Amino acid sequence: MSRIVDARGLSCPQPVLATMKEIEKGPSGEIVVLVDTDTSKENVCRAASGKGWQAKSITPEGSGYRITLVKG
Amino acid sequence: MSKALSFFASRWGILSAGVFIGVLAALLQKMGNPPNMGICVACFERDMAGALGLHRAAVVQYMRPEIIGFVLGSLLAAYMFREFRARAGSAPIVRFILGVFAMIGALVFLGCPWRALLRLAGGDGNAIFGLLGLIVGIWIGTLFLKSGYNLGRSQATYTSVGWMLPLIMLGFLVLMLIFPQVPGQEKSGVLFYSPKGPGSMHAPLTISLILGLAIGFVAQKTRFCTMGALRDLILFRQIHLFLGVIALLAAAFITNLILGQFQPGFAKQPVAHTMGLWNFGGMVLAGLAFALAGGCPGRQLFLAGEGDGDASVFVLGMIVGAGISHNFGLASSPDGVGPYGIPAVIIGLLVCCFIGFTMREKTA
Repeated sequence: MSRIVDARGLSCPQPVLATMKEIEKGPSGEIVVLVDTDTSKENVCRAASGKGWQAKSITPEGSGYRITLVKG
Repeated sequence: MSKALSFFASRWGILSAGVFIGVLAALLQKMGNPPNMGICVACFERDMAGALGLHRAAVVQYMRPEIIGFVLGSLLAAYMFREFRARAGSAPIVRFILGVFAMIGALVFLGCPWRALLRLAGGDGNAIFGLLGLIVGIWIGTLFLKSGYNLGRSQATYTSVGWMLPLIMLGFLVLMLIFPQVPGQEKSGVLFYSPKGPGSMHAPLTISLILGLAIGFVAQKTRFCTMGALRDLILFRQIHLFLGVIALLAAAFITNLILGQFQPGFAKQPVAHTMGLWNFGGMVLAGLAFALAGGCPGRQLFLAGEGDGDASVFVLGMIVGAGISHNFGLASSPDGVGPYGIPAVIIGLLVCCFIGFTMREKTA
């Protein structure tokens, strides 16, 4: 069961803060992050990879993206 | 196209953006813009407020085409790469107030973060106090962010909402073309111009506009942001955006050396004063307001270009703030702070703290 972070409509740096918060809750697994701008997509992926998480997939969803982050 | 996209998002992309802006700013100064002010988003928006008659400080009135270019260049990039998304509704009135106080703080220092870097790159030691203030202001902002500060979600909206600020900028450009500057005269049609002072110093309109468009395009794609650079460094220990800031500083410094524009010292620096404490204090206020609003003045223009209606409201807040600054005697001059500049900074800090403390999402 993956954890979900809904960062749609949130402006910088909230999507990264929300993702980091979820990352700190558990050392591994799968986190799905929903964002609605390309900037948020890039920032979330960059911040997650700094913590050792990989973007397994990035798929368009609505007017934004569904990012699936994995680790472990 | 995807190669271009990954370049812009890479370290080389942000470094190139910093170099690009730093070199062009120094060149714009060479081509006529005011000294150590090749580009200054706060000063230029202040000049635009003057051109519209929102204040009547005779030496700072000019409809700066660089600002128009920033918004329209960003719009162009956003459409070209399919990133234009009209959105609005994240506490717009708060963003307006933050824009007003960001401008008040910036005009006590005499510059936005871009100009703080350009002043340092031109040898103005007073900029060090401004940059330290900026760091402290952003640091305070990160404390609010860590404690749950958040202006709430924006909503997707009509495309035309996202077009409002670009259309306003287009309108300003049309006004400039209909009512061009008449040498030695303060007014041309509905627009005010400065016959002397910093407002009279500008590169040719076409060059300013084209370079503004180019910077807007590159900055939209690379997400260049001076506030974000320091915020991400403090909050996440992330250096990505900070590389762009360092690149801007280094590139402007080297270009200034080559062009003979580097004049080190503290006294008699162009469009600057030597009151260290208030150079610092003004930028604490500006830095905090930028951090609470999520972007430096330049970044707010680029966001406005890609459809962010809330960033557009911040920009309008800054323009109105410039009018208030000069009409109320808050803005500094080379002689020092304005008669009411110091109380305005204190009130601004209190207002920002009120916003920061009261707009926090309760965490479970």
